[in-house]
Parts: sequence; C-alpha cells; structure tokens
Amino acid sequence: MNFGATFWGPMISFALFVWFTMKFVWPPIQQALADRQKQIADGLAAGERGKQELDKAQSEVEAMLKDAREQASQIINQANKRQQEMIEEARAEARSEADRILAAAREEIDQEIQRAREDLRKEVSSVAIQASSRILKREVDAKAHKDLIDDLATQL
Amino acid sequence: MSADSEFDATDYIQHHLTNLRLDLTEGTIDSSATGFWTLHLDTVIMSFGLGALFCYVFWLAARRATPGVPGGLQNFVEAIIEFIEKTVKETFHAKSRVIAPLALTIFCWVFLSNLMDLVPIDMVPSIMTAVGVPYWKVLPSVDLNFTFGLSLSVFALIIIYSLMGKGAGGFIKEFLTHPFGIWLLPFNLVLNFVELIAKPISLSLRLFGNLYAAELIFILISLLPWWIQWVLGTPWAIFHILVVPLQAFIFMMLTVVYLAMAYENH
Repeated sequence: MNFGATFWGPMISFALFVWFTMKFVWPPIQQALADRQKQIADGLAAGERGKQELDKAQSEVEAMLKDAREQASQIINQANKRQQEMIEEARAEARSEADRILAAAREEIDQEIQRAREDLRKEVSSVAIQASSRILKREVDAKAHKDLIDDLATQL
Repeated sequence: MSADSEFDATDYIQHHLTNLRLDLTEGTIDSSATGFWTLHLDTVIMSFGLGALFCYVFWLAARRATPGVPGGLQNFVEAIIEFIEKTVKETFHAKSRVIAPLALTIFCWVFLSNLMDLVPIDMVPSIMTAVGVPYWKVLPSVDLNFTFGLSLSVFALIIIYSLMGKGAGGFIKEFLTHPFGIWLLPFNLVLNFVELIAKPISLSLRLFGNLYAAELIFILISLLPWWIQWVLGTPWAIFHILVVPLQAFIFMMLTVVYLAMAYENH
C-alpha cells in the first residue's frame, strides 16, 4: 500500500504510450476511416449517376421501340395497300384480257357467219340457177345472167 | 491455495497484497522495504507490459490500415477508436490532436490493467514463486502508485490545458475570483484549490478502491474450500466483466471532462 517512487514508472510509460498513440496509431486509422468514408461517398455518387444513366437509356430504348413499332405498322400498312393494288391490277388485267379474248372470239364468229353467209349465198345462187334452168328447161347462161344472180344472192 | 495444515489465511492474504519491492537506497530486492525510495517492480513491469501490448496491437492494425474492406483486427481497433472519438467530441469541443489519442490510451491501458483482475489469483504468484520470485502482484490497478501515476499525469495536463486555454492571467483570475467574485477572494482560493486537488485524488482513489475491493473479495473467495468457490467466484467474476470496462471508461471520461473544463471558459 505504500506510496513511493514507483509512480514515476507509470507516469513515464503513460507519456510514452500517449506519444506513441498520437504518432503511430491515431493518424493512420483516422486516415483509413476518412478515406473509406470518401470511397463510400464516391461509390454512392457513382451508383446514383449509374442509375440516372440507366433511366436515360431506358427512356431512349422506349422511344426507339415506339419508333420501330410505328415504322413496322407503317410498313405493314404499305404492304397491305400494295397487295390491294396488286390484286386490283391483276383483276383489271384479267378483265381486259377477258374482254380482248371475247372480242377476238366475237370477231371470229362474225367472220364465220360472214363466210357461212357467203357460202350459203353461193349455194343459193347455184341452187337458184339449177332450179331456174330446170324450170326453163334450158341452160341458163350463167354468164349472161350473172348480174341477175348476184343481185338475187345479195338479197338472200 | 495449498492444503497445508499449517496454512495461515492472514499470510495468504498478505502474500497476495505485497508487491515485489526494490529498495532504491540499497539496491536490493526487499519486499518488507518501506519509504519513498522503493520501487514496485511488478507494478512497473506489468503496467509497462500491458501498455506496450496495447500499443503493439493497435500499431499492427494502424500499420496495415486500409480504406478498403477492413480485416478482423482493423475492425476491432476501428470500433474502439470511433467509440472514443465520438465520446471525446461530445465532451471536448475545441480542436485538439492530443485529447483523443490520450483518451484512447487511458481507456485501453486501464482496461487491460483492470482485466488482470480476472486472471486466476493464484496462477501468476505460483508461477513466479516457482521461478524464484517471492512476490508478484499481477494487477497494476491495485497499486496506488499506478493509479496516482496516471492521475498525476492527468493533473499536469489539467494545469497545462488551463494555461493553454485561458492563459496564465486568465487561469489565476479564475482561480481567485471564480464562483463568488473578487470580494470573497479567500473563499474562492480555498474552494478552487480543493477542487483542483480533488480531481487527481478522486480519479486515482476511485480506480484503486474499486479494483482493490474486487481483488480482496477474490482472495477471500479463494480461501473457501475448492468445491464451493465457484458459487461465489463465478458471479463475482461475471460482475467484474462489467466493472473492468466501466472503471476504465470512467477514468477516461473524467479525464476528458476535466481537460474540457480546464480548457474552455466557463
């Protein structure tokens, strides 16, 4: 229990330890803590920036998608229209072709009729000549009565 | 505790309360020596060793301190340092490079010293006796020299901080006139003197008293038969898990408060 010179020991040690702590312990740890604080702050800021950029990119993507969708629907519309037109064209072409074929057929028929009529006329005229010659019991000069016969044939 | 039939409880207690003394006037190891010029070797060595341990561990952490992901030791050290820094900032408002490391040193050193209270009380003295050292008190906080060594250092710092914060004139003026004004100068002088002197005395006696009582109870418990010791020893030891850091914290806190009071104007 006696108090004596011993107290110098802890006193000197104390001064030594405080000096050591001030010099070699406190500053590096404080520095590390401050640096970490800064790093975390920087990291958070970077995260915030990244988030903003992501938002921006997302809205851009949205806009681009909208654009693309519009374009796609435009293209589809055009295609539909074009299809309609092509069908229309084909239909018109077919119709004109049909008309053309019909007209050709009709012409041919007309020609056929004409020819038949001609043939018939010739037939009739010859029949008429034969008949009249038989009636007259004599040979009709086909040449002499050609005008008459022709006239008759045109009347048929 | 030995099972010797001639075992004497008083001797046993005495033995545990005696320091290893070096008589400085004669240069001999003599534990019955008294007077001012005796050196308690165990106190000096234990306190220096524990303080050096604290410095070494914290230096290890500080040397490899990185701002990146901290390891286990760094985490531990940072937790203590941040706790001390927060406590000091709340109390000592002026800027100072010394106060926080000072508080850290006091807290850790006193904590480690108090922690020696939880070392089984017969272990170290038995080992030291076996190697030929007759006395060895393992707990520096149970030596008034240790607690006064600390509190007198704090006392010196109080004076230094008073002079730094208020200047010599301001310090003397406050000392002479402070609570009651210039006309009651003698009362002010006495009051301030007592207040100033009471600080280191209360600091050191509080620490000493708490730990001395604790150590004494541990010694008394160890006088019980071995099979019953745990009934009292365990609760008392658990209680000291609280007391050990608490006393260290009180010593640190009061030091910071005293220095803040000394430095700042009222």
